[in-house]
Amino acid sequence: MKILAIESSALVASAAIVEDDLLKAEFTVNNKLTHSETLLPMLESMTKIAGISLEDIDAIAVSAGPGSFTGLRIGAATAKGLALAAGLPIIRVSTLQAMAYSLSLISDDVICPVMDARRGQVYSAAYRSGAVLLEEEARDIHALTAALNECVPEEDSCFLFLGDGVPVHSETLAAEIQGDVAFAPAGLNRQRAADVALLGSVLYTKWLQKNGINAADVRSRGADNIDCFDEAVMNSDDFAPEYLRKSQAERELEDGTLEDAGRHSLKKMQSGLIRPEKAETR
Amino acid sequence: MTETENNITILGIESSCDETAAAVVRNGREVLSNVISSQIDIHTVYGGVVPEIASRLHCENINGVIRLALKEAGLGFDGIDVIAVTKGPGLVGALLVGVSEAKALAWALHKPLVGVHHIEGHIAANYITHADLEPPYVCLVVSGGHTHLAVIRGYREFELVGRTMDDAAGETFDKVARAVGLGYPGGPKVDRASREGDPHAIEFPRGEVRDHPYDFTFSGLKSAVLNYINMAQMKGEEINTADLCASFQKAVVESLVSRTIRCAESFGIRKVAIAGGVSANSTLRESMREACEAKGMECLYPEPVYCTDNAAMIASAAYFEYLDGVRDDAFLNAEPNLKLGN
Repeated sequence: MKILAIESSALVASAAIVEDDLLKAEFTVNNKLTHSETLLPMLESMTKIAGISLEDIDAIAVSAGPGSFTGLRIGAATAKGLALAAGLPIIRVSTLQAMAYSLSLISDDVICPVMDARRGQVYSAAYRSGAVLLEEEARDIHALTAALNECVPEEDSCFLFLGDGVPVHSETLAAEIQGDVAFAPAGLNRQRAADVALLGSVLYTKWLQKNGINAADVRSRGADNIDCFDEAVMNSDDFAPEYLRKSQAERELEDGTLEDAGRHSLKKMQSGLIRPEKAETR
Repeated sequence: MTETENNITILGIESSCDETAAAVVRNGREVLSNVISSQIDIHTVYGGVVPEIASRLHCENINGVIRLALKEAGLGFDGIDVIAVTKGPGLVGALLVGVSEAKALAWALHKPLVGVHHIEGHIAANYITHADLEPPYVCLVVSGGHTHLAVIRGYREFELVGRTMDDAAGETFDKVARAVGLGYPGGPKVDRASREGDPHAIEFPRGEVRDHPYDFTFSGLKSAVLNYINMAQMKGEEINTADLCASFQKAVVESLVSRTIRCAESFGIRKVAIAGGVSANSTLRESMREACEAKGMECLYPEPVYCTDNAAMIASAAYFEYLDGVRDDAFLNAEPNLKLGN
C-alpha cells in the first residue's frame, strides 16, 4: 500500500511517498518560493527519481492544517486535483499531529508542536504517548503555557517543543512552563511530508480495517464508488483545509465591527469595492 | 472525439474572483458545458468580495464544479485533450486554487496545460456567441476590475490602445450603487434602477484624458456623483435614485462608447465588440449598437452568461493559444497583476 503525502502548511513545501511503514521518497524545500511554484515540480521530480507513478498510489494524504491559509489551499487543491484525476481517496492528516507523530513514538515527553500564527498567537496542541492532552487551537502564547501547566501539573514533566513558533516564543516557553523544557533538533523540528504520509498510512489502515475492505479493492473500484468514507478518509470533493480561524471579515461581522457597507459616507465609498487583503495569510 | 480527428476539446477552469467555474469547449467555439458556482449571495453580506472567503469557497467547490462540467458535457477525462486555467489577473488566493488544481489534473492525466489571461478569456467569449467572428476588430473590455480598449489583430495579437487612468467602469458602478444604498453588485442594480429614471435629469461630467483619445477616467464622474449626494443630504433634499442612476450610467456609457467608436474609426476597423461583466449592461449594449449602426459598423457582444466570469471563455481563449503551440508546465503560477498583451 502506497501513500503520497503533501505538506504545504507553512514555509516548508514537502512531498513524500511511503509504502506501508517504509519511507520510499521525500522531497522537502524551505525557501522563499511560493508553494505553487515548488509543489508540483517536486512531485514530478520525486516520482520520476523514485520510479513510482501516480498509478501506483493508493491514497493521497494531505496536511490539512492549521497553517498558512494560502499554503493550505495550494496543498489542498493539488491533492484534490490528483485525487479527482486518479480516482483516489484523500486522507485528512492534522498538521500538528503529523509534526508530533515520529517524536511521540520514541518519547514519553509531552510533545507540543507550536506554529507561529502571528498576532502573538500560536497554532498548537499537545500529545503524550499517542493521547491528545491539548486539542489543536489558535491560542495566545501565554494561554498555551497556562494550559500546559494545568493539564500536566507534575513538576518533573518534560515538554518537547517543535515548530516555527519555537524561535519566536522560546523565551516565554522556558520562563513560563513548570517543568523541563526541551526543543526538538533541526531534523525533527519542522513539517515534513514523511510524517504526514506515515500518519496517513496508519489512519488509512484503520479505516480499511473498520470497513472490512482492502487497499486493492478501493483502487480497483475507484474513490467515486466507495460509500463508507468518514472524516479521516474521504472523497476529494469533500476535502477542505482546517484553518482553525475564520476570515477577518467573518470575525468582524460576528462581533459587529464590520463596516456598514450601505451607509452613505464619502470616505467609505471611496475606499473601494474589494476589501484589502490585510496580510490575511496565516 | 479526440484530437486525432481534428477536434480539440478543452476543460477550462476559472477562479479569479468570486465565481468557481468549469466548462468543456470544443474547438474554441462549441460549448459542451458551462458550470458556474457563484458566491455572490455570500459576499453581498459584506458589501463586496472578501478574498479569503472567496478562496475558501473555491477550494471547497472546485472538484464538484469540474465533475459537473464533465457530466454535462457527457465526457470523462479521457475525452479531454487540454486543461486550461485562468492564471491572472485576479485575487491571488483565489487564482491559486484554480491553478493548483489544473496543474495537478494536467500532470496526473498526462494532458497539456495552458494558462490563460482572464481578459483574453473575456474577449474570446465573443467567439462563442459569434461563430463567424474573426479578427481584426476593436474590443472594449469592461468589468469590475478592468476597462481596456484593444485592437484585436489576431486571435492572440492584442494591441492595447486605451485604458482607465483611475477606476474601472464596473468599480464606479459598485461605488455609486453603494452610495445610493443599492448595495452590491452595483452594475446590475444601477442598470435596473436606471430603467425608471431620466438620463438627462442630472448633468454629470464626461472625463477626457488630455492627449490620450482612447483612455478613460471615471474619478471625476465618481466625485461628482458623491458630491451631488452629499449636497442633497446637507440640504435635506431627497435623492431620486432612478434619475441619479440613469444620469450616471449615461455618463459612463457615453464615455465608453465614444472612445470605442473613435478608436474603430481611426484604425479603420468596421467591427466593434464588447466583453467583460459590464458588457451585460443593457444601456451599454443599446448605445454601442446605435452608435455602430450610425457609422455602418458591426456591433457584437456575448450572450449574458458569457459576459460575467465563466470558464467557457477560458477554454475558448486556450484553444487559440494551444493551436499556436502555447504549453505551460508544472511551474505555472498565479499572476495577480498580469497585464494584457504580453
